[in-house]
Formats: sequence, C-alpha cells, structure tokens
Amino acid sequence: MPTGLPGGDRQAMHQQQFEKLYEPAWIQLNLQLSRMKGDKETEEQQVSDSSESHEFASFPANYKKICNHYALARSRHYSPALVARLHQLVLMGHQQLYKTDRSWFRRSLIFLAAGFPQALRQNARFFYLALLIFLLPATVAGYFTYHDQVMIYSIMDDRQVGNMEYMYDPQNRKPGRDMERTSETNVQMFGFYIMHNISIGFRTFAGGMLLGVGTVFSLFFNGIILGGVSGHLSHAPYGMVFWPFVAGHGSFELTAIVISGAAGLILASALVMPGSMTRGAALRKSAPASLQLVMGAAFMLVIAAFIEAFWSPSSVSPEIRFVVAGLLWSLVVLYFVFGGRKYGS
Amino acid sequence: MSNTRTRLDTTFRYETPEGIELELRPAGPVVRGFAWGIDFGIRAVVYILVSVVASIFGGVGTAISLIFLFLVEWFYPVIFEIYKRATPGKSVLGLEVMQADGSPLSWSSSLLRNLLRTADFFPFLYCSGFISMMLNNKFQRLGDLAADTVVVFREARNTIAKIPAYPPKPSPYPLSLTEQRLILDFAERAQSLSAERRSELADLLFFLTSGSNKEAELTLLAYANWFARGR
Repeated sequence: MPTGLPGGDRQAMHQQQFEKLYEPAWIQLNLQLSRMKGDKETEEQQVSDSSESHEFASFPANYKKICNHYALARSRHYSPALVARLHQLVLMGHQQLYKTDRSWFRRSLIFLAAGFPQALRQNARFFYLALLIFLLPATVAGYFTYHDQVMIYSIMDDRQVGNMEYMYDPQNRKPGRDMERTSETNVQMFGFYIMHNISIGFRTFAGGMLLGVGTVFSLFFNGIILGGVSGHLSHAPYGMVFWPFVAGHGSFELTAIVISGAAGLILASALVMPGSMTRGAALRKSAPASLQLVMGAAFMLVIAAFIEAFWSPSSVSPEIRFVVAGLLWSLVVLYFVFGGRKYGS
Repeated sequence: MSNTRTRLDTTFRYETPEGIELELRPAGPVVRGFAWGIDFGIRAVVYILVSVVASIFGGVGTAISLIFLFLVEWFYPVIFEIYKRATPGKSVLGLEVMQADGSPLSWSSSLLRNLLRTADFFPFLYCSGFISMMLNNKFQRLGDLAADTVVVFREARNTIAKIPAYPPKPSPYPLSLTEQRLILDFAERAQSLSAERRSELADLLFFLTSGSNKEAELTLLAYANWFARGR
C-alpha cells in the first residue's frame, strides 16, 4: 500500500491536506483554552458578556471535533509530531471540560451546616466502633487509677505523673500548663493545641490506611492515657481544677478524635472487608465519606483549641464552667443528631 | 507493535467518554523522592524564616509560628497541587499530579492523598508508600490509591515539527503504515540530529534507498514528503 488507507466515511487524505483543512480549528481551540484558563477570576464577568458566553458554549463541540481529528490522525498513522500535537490539545481540553467545581468556600459552609452531620449519621456504625475502642480502655484505666493511687505509674513514668499533677495543682497560677509551659500566654497555647491536637486527629485517620492498625492503636492508646489521668486526678486537691478545665473543650475535642478514628476505620474496612468489589474500588468508594469525617473533625478541633486556650483556664467559677460544658456537650450532640436532616433529601 | 510498547514502558492509557485514549506517563519512586527532598528543603527554609520573624512578636509570634508549622506540614502540597498542579519540587522535575482519569486534581483528592502521607511514611522514609508504588502499574502510593490520583510527567511543550520540503518520490516497495510512520518520524526529527547521525541512520535502510550517506538521507526525505502530501 503506497499511501494511507481509507479511514472512516471519508476518503483518506494525505497528512498535509488534513493539516491544511483542520489547522484553523486546532488554533481556535488552543486560543479558546488559553482564554478560559487565563481569566479564572473574571470568569463571571465574561459569562455575562454574550459573545464570550457564546464562545464558552461552543467549547465542548469544538473539543469533540479535535478528539475526532486525534483519533483519525492516529488510525491513519500520520506523523508522530502531528499526533503528539493533537494529543496535547486533547489532554488540555479534557482537563478543562472535566474539572471539578472549585468554589470551596460555599461548599465548606454547606458541608458544615449539613454534609458533616449527615456523613456521620450515614457512618454511625464506624463512629460507635471507634467510640468503643476509645471508651473501653479509658473506662478500665480510669477505674483502676481512681481506686488505686499508684496504678497511674504503670501507665506513665514519675516525671510525667509529676507534670500532670503540677498542671492541675490548685497552687498553679494557670491550670492546664505543665512545668515547661507555665509562663506561656493563652494565644501561645492556642497555637500549640492547633498543631498538636489536629495532627493527632490526622494521624489517627491516616492509620486506617495501614489496615486500621494505626487507627485502633491511636484510639486505644489515647483512651488509656486520658482515662488513666482522669481517674487519677479526680481526687482532691486536683479534681476541682481538672474537671472544670477539661469538661468544656472535651465536648469538641474527644468527639473529634473519635470521629477521626471512625474515618480511619472506614478506610480500614474497605481494605479488610471489600465485599464484592476489588480492594482498590472499595477504597475509592469509601474515601470521600472518610475525608468528610476527618475534615469535619479537624474543624471541631480548631473550635476545641479555641475553648481550651481561652475559656478553660479562665478564673470563672467551676459551677458556671460546668454549666457551659453541659451546653457545649448538648450542642455537639444536637448538631450530630439533627444537623442537615432537611437538607438535600 | 502497540502491544509490545504497552508492555515495555510505563505509560498507561485512559479512554475518555469521547472514545479516545489519553496517554499518561507515571513518575516512579526515585524522581518523586527527589521532588520530596526539594520540597522538604523549601518547607524547612520557609518555616525557619517565619519562626525567626515571628519570634519578634513574643507569645503571639510563637502561636503564629506553631500554626504556620501545622499548616505547612499538612497543607503545603495541597495548595500547590490545586493552584499550580504540582509542588515546587515536582514542578522543577517536570511532574504534576492529576486524577487517574487525566482530569485535574480535585480538592478532596488532594486533601486525601496528602493526609494519608503519614501512612505512606510509616514506619520511616515512605517505606509503605514505596512498597505500594512497586505493587501497581501506575506507581501509586497508598494516598494515591485512596484518592485515585497519579503523579505523571508533564507533557513536553510541543514545538511543531516540520518535514523538510523535498521533491516527493514514491517508495520502490510497498511499506506498511507503521514503516511509513517511522520514516515520517525520521524526517520530523531530522533537524534536531547532527548531519553525521542523519547519514548514519539513513544508511541503515540501504535496501530501500539504494544510496549512501547524504544521498540516502535525501531519498528518505523524498519518501516522507510522498507519504505526507503525495505527489
């Protein structure tokens, strides 16, 4: 066969004829692409402009035409450079046509108002499982450290225990500050809580990808430490400093850590029990829900850090702080039980 | 031929709804390791600068540098991947991140793949990520698998290659389309090769050109002109 084969419905043509015939269309698409990409900020104004909006409307049709040219160029074995040029146009067009909605601020608001509690309710079983993995060791550890004053030393070493007792000693000028941080300001502590607590949340989540071992370990370990410390510090003289301090921010903080754990368990269950799907497919299917939970948890931890840094160490009387804590806990529970019930269903 | 090619190199194809195939070249662990190293250096320098400046402001400054450390630690790649398609380190090495179907990276996928970085890092220096990359054909680490993303080599900007014009001449033997395409490729690349290399390559086809050196090369150009535009 000296030259090209008949391709499609049209008589096969030489490459040069092909280029001459369609090059204007390629240049036009290229222009259109750079215009659509270049003016992201002014997109709204452009859409209101009728000629521009007309141009955008013609983009999908033009793109499909170029796809067709690319397929023809390949099947007719035109030169590699031409095929590569068309491939690049097609790839750019594909990325323009199939890009996702990026208006993140609006979407975040809707997510916090409705999507987050909805996602948690849909995955309630993972939440309860995570809660169990956290609460069970916490209760057991708390029971023992409450009834036996030396039990705490089997969880932590002397220095750590000393530090804990120092933090909630009524003699301490600022409750909740250990020896190294005793002189730090509330703002400084806010920064510390953000970094420390949210990182714990994220790591608890990521541990789900290691077949859940990391998540379970993190929940279990944090359960033992927090439960043990709470049991130990419930006695006088620490109790009346400790409980008013932690009751408030605990609402957001502990719930968020358990939710991060639930998010990790969602990934883990896709990997361990993929059901009728391949592990990859199960993972991709469950990933969006788990991401929603962990991002919601991160937001809760920002609120928790704020409460912990500015409200918890305040000198307001313990009674009032317990009342506020009660309100915060009810807020969290009501939010997850009722939030977004009417939205989108 | 196309079969052996898909088996030999690492490109993978994605068929779009328009019925055409996109070719993507995933990046392996070595180049991605270097990219990570560059990013690590950038992050370290920026963090040190910010904390030095922030330390002037006392307590508030410490809070700012802690929050900054947190944000840089977790969200530096997310911001760059969304707005620039790649972190500076990846960019320098010509890589970019996209969905495995070739569409641009979404916010959620970028967040997911970067939050799961911790799992890839486990127990140290991306051991889990490396094993995961070795076990699939798109070099996806664990975060990529969950987010359905790939790190690919950016397409080189195409300079439109021209086939040097020469009086066209038909080939003495019928050539298959693949063979024709090889000659077209040679003609398009001719200007980027040295004269010696051109002659050397053209000489290999002595049975087709029945000439040598410059003569063979020009004969091939004549064939290429014939294939591309006829008489």
